[in-house]
Amino acid sequence: MTTTTKTNAAPVSRRAFLQTSTLATGGLMLGVALPGLLSADARAAGTLYTPNAWVHIADDNTITLLSARSEMGQGVYTSMPMLIAEELNVDIASIKVAIAPPNTALYGNALLGGPQLTGGSTSVRDGWEKLRVAGAQVREMLISAAATKWNVDRSTLKAESGVVSGGGRKATYGELAADAAKLPIPEKVAIKDPKDFRIVGKRTRRLDTPAKTNGSAEFGIDVKLPGMVYASIEMCPVIGGTVKSFDAAKAKAMPGVIDVVQIPDGIAVVADTWWHAKNARQGLTVVWDEGAGAALNDKTMLAGIRAGAPADKLLPLKAVGDADAVIKASNKVVRAEYVMPLLSHAPLEPMNFTAHYHDGKVDLIGPTQWQDAGQGTVAKVLGVKPENVTLRTTFLGGGFGRRIDIDYIIQAAQISKAVNKPVKLLWTREDDMTHDFYRPQSVHTLAAALGADGKPTAMTFKMVSQSVTGRVFGLPMEVQDPLMTEAAIAAYEIPASKHEMVKHDAGLRVGYWRSVSHALNAFANESFIDELAAAAGKDPYAYRMSLLEKQPRFANVLKQAADKAGWGTPAAGGRFRGIALMEGYDTYMAQVAEISMKDGVPVVHKVTVVADLGRMVNPDTVEAQIQSSIVFGLTAALYGEITLDKGRVQQTNYHQYPLLRMNEAPVIDITLVPSTEKPGGIGEPATALIGPAVANAMFAATGKRVRRMPFSAEAIKTA
Amino acid sequence: MTVRFNVNGKAVEVKAEGDTPLLWVIRDEIGLTGTKFGCGMALCGACTVHLDGVAIRSCQTPVSAVAGKKVATIESLGANNTHPLQKAWIAHDVPQCGYCQSGQLMSASALLATNKKPSDADIDAAMSGNLCRCGTYGRIKAAIKTAAAEMQKA
Repeated sequence: MTTTTKTNAAPVSRRAFLQTSTLATGGLMLGVALPGLLSADARAAGTLYTPNAWVHIADDNTITLLSARSEMGQGVYTSMPMLIAEELNVDIASIKVAIAPPNTALYGNALLGGPQLTGGSTSVRDGWEKLRVAGAQVREMLISAAATKWNVDRSTLKAESGVVSGGGRKATYGELAADAAKLPIPEKVAIKDPKDFRIVGKRTRRLDTPAKTNGSAEFGIDVKLPGMVYASIEMCPVIGGTVKSFDAAKAKAMPGVIDVVQIPDGIAVVADTWWHAKNARQGLTVVWDEGAGAALNDKTMLAGIRAGAPADKLLPLKAVGDADAVIKASNKVVRAEYVMPLLSHAPLEPMNFTAHYHDGKVDLIGPTQWQDAGQGTVAKVLGVKPENVTLRTTFLGGGFGRRIDIDYIIQAAQISKAVNKPVKLLWTREDDMTHDFYRPQSVHTLAAALGADGKPTAMTFKMVSQSVTGRVFGLPMEVQDPLMTEAAIAAYEIPASKHEMVKHDAGLRVGYWRSVSHALNAFANESFIDELAAAAGKDPYAYRMSLLEKQPRFANVLKQAADKAGWGTPAAGGRFRGIALMEGYDTYMAQVAEISMKDGVPVVHKVTVVADLGRMVNPDTVEAQIQSSIVFGLTAALYGEITLDKGRVQQTNYHQYPLLRMNEAPVIDITLVPSTEKPGGIGEPATALIGPAVANAMFAATGKRVRRMPFSAEAIKTA
Repeated sequence: MTVRFNVNGKAVEVKAEGDTPLLWVIRDEIGLTGTKFGCGMALCGACTVHLDGVAIRSCQTPVSAVAGKKVATIESLGANNTHPLQKAWIAHDVPQCGYCQSGQLMSASALLATNKKPSDADIDAAMSGNLCRCGTYGRIKAAIKTAAAEMQKA
């Protein structure tokens, strides 16, 4: 399609390398085969016309708007159509939504360099202008069609509420769609001044809610195809291990079993029901070659990260002045080390996908965050042409970064090919938790010198972790990973500073986890600034403010959060507050956590959040994402830890990897700062701040500085 | 074995091994997929249904145990979202990914069936067995209160 769209500025390095690697994974150019992905009632509405890749209009005036991003809870099923509808001038409540098929040329994510990938809190930022232009193009095409039909000047016509009218005539969009679809897509269209928005920026009911309250929403686990069989896969308990030999005789004799097949990742049992397939795994005998992962242990992995290895790359990020020399010469130096554990994503819907291999073609249906990777990789692995692989995206029962990986899609396709039937592959919770792509461990070493006034005169920051981008996109070891450096450089004014990153391959496969490195770096930075305030004998809020004189957006959210939380006034009996501040995804945010200590661990009562994320599409969704992120981040801070022994992940289900429950969820008070700045992302940043806010509150409560997550009784006791 | 029971007001007869969890009978045999699988160990509540009016975890309930009994799933709450809880869920825009919400609604409806005006503590006690990875707890609590107030009026 032709657009006048400019992409938002992204770090050049990120875009450049992602572009390169996207090509490597098969960026695809395909026609849009829309009818197959539309809902039955949209299809039933009549003939479909395709004025452009984002808007489909049936002749009964049913309008379907596309979301090129996967709906995983973050609200794109509503916010993406809102942007289109704003310019198309249709009632948002009257439209239907479809998730776009794989087509990077049409639906690629420019902020990530082109893949059709949902992640990085990019959906609104990427779509902000592009989708409004798309809506405006179709609006203008409809007007042109009417002008031609009625033989009037198009300037006498307007398009409102699904109707083009002027000069006493009118026609619905549906009546004009067939003619409009034949017109060229206009290259230049006018889009509204934001002050004229009628949909964007208004609290809008989510379009997917009704289907999610009566059981009708289709998730991957709900997909059913004619003749479909069910699969459950036995994978090596050590990730990366392979099958040496196996005996399936007993499993094949178990009820309902249709076949047992070997695929590269393990042994799949295929049966008439999923329960039969899963049960029959008990009848399998598999001898594994556990491979290099068999020696992995989280403690030795962490020791390796801390000590470094000959292959590690130290990558300078930023240096101002000679921070080392200032620290060396100072008589007041603060040093600290912060440690983060491995984490699992643990979305409530276990990994699953449905695949149907037939006649050299593959149909894929299910939950994924990365459509073109699923399509392209399955094509490659199964040896079919990419254009012969279709992919329809269902609702995702949580993503959080886990569904950027496509391992389970490949497995489903391989199993379908092996048994020559449509197959739904569903992992157990145990499969899911023990075969994740885990958030990497990290070790931060920070040091600062304080001047006579208590302010830092110099600071050094070294972060050691494993590069997820190295695994997912093949980023070379010697290239800085922009998804390791997020929020590494805080806003505080410090005359001399040095930031360094070290990439260390700890041996376990790692993945993008909600807020990615923001959570790692913000924990270190926001704990450390609190430590500096304590060393200087200053109030942690006032200390931060004193270092933000040139940072008005930071200072504003920090001040508002402190005011709203009653900072400086006594908290209720036994309660203490901690504060934290960060920019991430172009969103500026401060949080104040109010806690008490009970049985040696924190109870988080209330979290005050102030966010300045520029312009918003759906403020209610913005609040929902902040609420969500805080629960997600607090779960990690209080409980999250994956451990390994002999290469085996030790946590198998929610009893060993607990999630926050309702009775533990804090009250969350949110203030959104009105702003005309460009939109920031909101699906993730709040995740990163709750941990340091709670750690800082624990310091206020106990005088103990807890420098590692999770904040278990043991970690606090030994702090 | 053949098991006869009632699902959402309809008599059903299924053939399955007696130890098959009710969840998989509901989903794969009867074809009602609103009830979800999350953990298989009664830890997450995604599979919550009513058995003779009481909220249970269908992933840990063998089908043999429901013979002759009444099972109600999310599909019975109101196909057109007419139940006060569904209306409140929509008014508060509770769901995010939505995967846990069938179970949340079935736990909430069991609560309101016996407790017309639940306190915060009552809601916590009834709902803390239902995990939500998206963290919609605050909205769930608010929606339950809205629904309870609505039902009081009716």
